[in-house]
Amino acid sequence: MVGGGGGSGGSGRGGLLENANPLIYERSGERPVTAGEEDEQVPDSIDAREIFDLIRSINDPEHPLTLEELNVVEQVRIQVSDPESTVAVAFTPTIPHCSMATLIGLSIKVKLLRSLPQRFKMDVHITPGTHASEHAVNKQLADKERVAAALENTHLLEVVNQCLSARS
Amino acid sequence: MKDSLVLRSRIQAHPDSRCWFLAWNPTGTLLASCGGDRKIRIWGTEGDSWVCKSVLSEGHQRTVRKVAWSPCGNYLASASFDAVTCIWKKNQDDFECVTTLEGHENEVKSVAWAPSGNLLATCSRDKSVWVWEVDEEDEYECVSVLSSHTQDVKHVVWHPSQELLASASYDDTVKLYREEGDDWVCCATLEGHESTVWSLAFDPSGQRLASCSDDRTVRIWRQYLPGNEQGVACSGSDPSWKCICTLSGFHTRTIYDIAWCQLTGALATACGDDAIRVFEEDPGSDPQQPTFSLTAHMRQAHSQDVNCVAWNPKEPGLLASCSDDGEVAFWEYHQPAGL
Repeated sequence: MVGGGGGSGGSGRGGLLENANPLIYERSGERPVTAGEEDEQVPDSIDAREIFDLIRSINDPEHPLTLEELNVVEQVRIQVSDPESTVAVAFTPTIPHCSMATLIGLSIKVKLLRSLPQRFKMDVHITPGTHASEHAVNKQLADKERVAAALENTHLLEVVNQCLSARS
Repeated sequence: MKDSLVLRSRIQAHPDSRCWFLAWNPTGTLLASCGGDRKIRIWGTEGDSWVCKSVLSEGHQRTVRKVAWSPCGNYLASASFDAVTCIWKKNQDDFECVTTLEGHENEVKSVAWAPSGNLLATCSRDKSVWVWEVDEEDEYECVSVLSSHTQDVKHVVWHPSQELLASASYDDTVKLYREEGDDWVCCATLEGHESTVWSLAFDPSGQRLASCSDDRTVRIWRQYLPGNEQGVACSGSDPSWKCICTLSGFHTRTIYDIAWCQLTGALATACGDDAIRVFEEDPGSDPQQPTFSLTAHMRQAHSQDVNCVAWNPKEPGLLASCSDDGEVAFWEYHQPAGL
């Protein structure tokens, strides 16, 4: 695990970054393919690792780093029940007053909405105790009407899509 | 409880998008649906099937969140995330947008006509409730902007017989408003829900109000007039509202809508766990502390969240529902024997 003194560079916004020296974490490797996954007859059930694979590469809005590299998302903070069609993701903002928390949560939510079968109920919330406004942020993320309306805002949608785009 | 709610038919009302809301016209012959595809569709029966009679597609730039028919049945109002409320006039199968009501700062979440037909209410994420008056020349004028809520207002509904307006909000409260002089004032705040209140429904007599919430409960509130027998305190000449019943433990996710049948008194709920539930008041229950029983529970009523339930105003037991999966379903409800 690499700590301290990481990228303070160009998010292109000019001015001060909120968290100029985030801790950077090492990426976990690619998942080895198991025999069960190769077998066409065995249905693939969705598990925490699969959800993690979907969200680990989401870009942080401020730094040229992924949510995995910033430890904002971790596999251990994902709970999935395929039979019940539920997914719960707890994400940890890098600092307790992070103003990007709602945007990060929204990006995770959108990624899941676009990737998972429609039967899934998704709950995205802040890791308890890690943010000053966690109740307010969680309430917004849980309100599907608010999320739907926000995503009809073209500017916001562009910002979310940038977080979700693969870095070249 | 088996077979108390039976599916009659399903239609794909809003392909590739969610259906947010449904409204029956006053004669119960037409059903308006609206959704994320920015369209409003009008459905009617032809023999045994439901067919789309009209599509209203040029009215809004964003999601249409709710629709409401005027008491005379000749007008349809639509509330949209584009911050505008459209008023459509019906001419047989054609609908023409005759006015747009502007003024809210952002998404309009709900619109409702008063029983008199002369008043309309809208509410928005801008935290306000607007009351509009309409005159004989179809001119609309905003007569009051009510800013009592501290957050997004989700729903407005009028009392069935009095000029009393109720609103439900993201601030976890329900508020009631009445006219005082030539303005409108907030005359009561109902607290008790622990999260966003999504919808409201008055009972046929108008003495009780049901609310449903993200806290997964339904609350029933009763109006107590000044000088009431039960000794419930009132402030001045305004009635008091007290929570007389809470239905908890039945719903496993957010309850998005509640509908109180004006013909039979049955209470239906639309839930984020994909189910529709119906409750009825137990016979002989104390009016001050009523008890309700679950008389129907349709799991997987839809393949995704149920957003709205609407009882047909003329045909007892006919219930329409709609979902995030874009479908509208029609159900027949029969009160179970022995109730």
